[in-house]
Amino acid sequence: MKHEVFERHSILLLIGILIVVAIGGAVEIAPLFWVNGTIEKVGGIRPYTPLELAGRNIYVREGCYLCHSQMIRSLRDEVERYGHYSLAAESMYDHPFQWGSERTGPDLARVGGKYSDEWQRAHLDDPRSVVPESIMPPYKFLAETPLDYRDIKDQLRANRTVGVPYSDEDIASAVKDLEAQANPDGDGVDALKKRYPNAQARDFDGNPKEISEADALIAYLQVLGTMVDFKTYKAGAPENRR
Amino acid sequence: METVQSRSALRLDLFIVPAMLAAGLFAAIVEAAKSPDPRMVIQAWTFAACMAVTAIFYLVNYGGGLPQDERSGYADNVVKAGVIASMFWGIAGMTVGLIAALQLSFPHLFYFPDLPFTNFGRIRPLHTSAVIFAFGGNALIATSFYVVQRTTRARLFGGSLPWFVFWGYNTFIVLAGTGYLLGITQAREYAEPEWYADIWLTVVWVCYLLTFLGTIWKRKEPHIYVANWFYLAFIVTIAMLHVVNHLGVPVTLFSSKSVSLFSGVQDALVQWWYGHNAVGFFLTAGFLGIMYYFIPKRAQRPIYSYRLSIVHFWTLIFIYIWAGPHHLLYTALPEWAQTLGMTFSVILWMPSWGGMINGLMTLSGAWDKLRTDPVLRMLAVSVAFYGMATFEGPVMSVNVVNALSHYTNWTIGHVHSGSLGWVGYVTFGAIYCLAPWLWKKERLYSNALVEWHFWISTLGIVLYISSMWVAGIMQGLMWRAYNDYGFLEYSFVETVQAMHPYYIIRAAGGALYLSGALIMAYNLWKTVTAGVPATRTAAVPALAAEAV
Repeated sequence: MKHEVFERHSILLLIGILIVVAIGGAVEIAPLFWVNGTIEKVGGIRPYTPLELAGRNIYVREGCYLCHSQMIRSLRDEVERYGHYSLAAESMYDHPFQWGSERTGPDLARVGGKYSDEWQRAHLDDPRSVVPESIMPPYKFLAETPLDYRDIKDQLRANRTVGVPYSDEDIASAVKDLEAQANPDGDGVDALKKRYPNAQARDFDGNPKEISEADALIAYLQVLGTMVDFKTYKAGAPENRR
Repeated sequence: METVQSRSALRLDLFIVPAMLAAGLFAAIVEAAKSPDPRMVIQAWTFAACMAVTAIFYLVNYGGGLPQDERSGYADNVVKAGVIASMFWGIAGMTVGLIAALQLSFPHLFYFPDLPFTNFGRIRPLHTSAVIFAFGGNALIATSFYVVQRTTRARLFGGSLPWFVFWGYNTFIVLAGTGYLLGITQAREYAEPEWYADIWLTVVWVCYLLTFLGTIWKRKEPHIYVANWFYLAFIVTIAMLHVVNHLGVPVTLFSSKSVSLFSGVQDALVQWWYGHNAVGFFLTAGFLGIMYYFIPKRAQRPIYSYRLSIVHFWTLIFIYIWAGPHHLLYTALPEWAQTLGMTFSVILWMPSWGGMINGLMTLSGAWDKLRTDPVLRMLAVSVAFYGMATFEGPVMSVNVVNALSHYTNWTIGHVHSGSLGWVGYVTFGAIYCLAPWLWKKERLYSNALVEWHFWISTLGIVLYISSMWVAGIMQGLMWRAYNDYGFLEYSFVETVQAMHPYYIIRAAGGALYLSGALIMAYNLWKTVTAGVPATRTAAVPALAAEAV
């Protein structure tokens, strides 16, 4: 066949282009949705609590992913610096994923529990007050801004639409759960922990008077990488060989 | 003849475009009235203002019958508008990039705790989108509209539709850019705009495809010229990537936030399939369309090899699509996908260099012009940078190299050797060609200023990429350095500290590059306002020669 056919018929050229550019994506991406072992079998991963989800929205809003990765590669130095390499299962409820592509700052995949809430708060307020060499922007306004969670039920519902297993009850009690997690002395903490195992309920930003954006963001940071139960993960098991 | 046709035919576009503007305005007002989300309200009013500006433009231009422009042969006013927009956004985007670079160099000076919208995390997508989509996108729209008309010898299809593409696309830019500052983002690199902006861009893009394809349908040349294959591949593939990567569910119809349809590992691969091919089709295929028209035209030589053009075209678009997973090596992406991505990335070197050879060798018999014509030199150097970046890319895609380079500033350096060297220079070269052609001038106001632009920005690029190479490799080596006791040698913050001098050199490089663009803007301004008008006799043979 002469190439002239494509040069004389724009529709053939168009169809040719479409076929040629569709192949690569179809072969690489489509199998990820059904090949067994794309996501490892491992226990502990649960959907985010409403407060953590609100914190995650702030993480997204401020563009944290542009400097911080959340993906520890399976390389010796990374495992020693940051902890166990990241599993696909750990971000299976992340819409969108936040693996990042740059480490202008350190990886945050397992930052949960590594620093105290006070440190996180001070660091967000003025990063250079605790790390003098830091080049991170200041986020003082987070602690001064009350968290707007009027739409938290819609947030959970939208996540359920795309596959995060929130139950009707989770959605109905989203506001209660959110407030309970930031106020450990109030009612509802037990109910929260029943719905979200191992959820930590604390006054994250140290200001009991209101639930601030810093409360939500710190709650999110403190859960990062802490859900997975590595006792249930068998790296060599056939279903996890990838 | 053209004129008679467009007068007698029913002007569908003059119904459809106002209908789209009215629908946009209506949607914006409903959003503004109903949304409980203050950021969405600001976006809605911004969008409404853009619709109103476009509507006023249409009223002024089409209110009193067909404008003068529609009676002449080619639709060049919309090309002029695209050139102006491209220069404007280019300078804006580079300035934002310089600010971001200064923030990383001098955090004490360039962060403002009381102004959250100036933080790096919001500025960075503003920079990338402004230079890629606003500067690059307007350049692509303008040049594709120019090239497709000349190579088909037909006026742009769709009457006023090209104007809608121009205004609609820039509306998307304004919506996206102001959205980032407000903190509205999908957190997908180079695909940050939220759902409503994405829907709007889809509408505009369909009109763009229709304008481009329609012009090809009207062509008076039997063959479709090679530049148009690349433009077409760019338009079609970007449509596919854009739609798939933005699949998601808005939190509510009145919320500025959506959640992506995919999650985790699948989402990562969809995003980098998009992200890498935004490079492959937006920043490569589209700009290769520019190369295939402007280099032969400027050098007055035919393209080096017709056969190489064909091979280059089909292999490039086929192989590029596979290369996405090289952004995810050693991650939780299944290894078979990583291996496929790496393999195709290495193979991609070949078609890329095929294109480079075809572009550079077109200068055969005209090499002497590189000495005397700084515009042609800029175009030639852009292809050289293309060759360099497309060699570096496959090297960085090899997993053992990537283990070192990923997450470091080497990636930033690589991206900028492609974007400053290739995309920037080929665009500058094309605009330097277009300005006298469009505004009917003998020549540019000053070739000396083009020389200044060329050398200042080349120095800027060299400072930029060499500082980022050193910084990136140093960063990668420091992260994996062990001391004699088998412990990691450096804490993370020590590696941040080590970047300081290189961040300053990078900022200096960026400042030089921006200065070059400012010199160019001045030169173009003087060309348009004070240039020597082209004589009519000179213009006629030029037009006749346009037919390829």
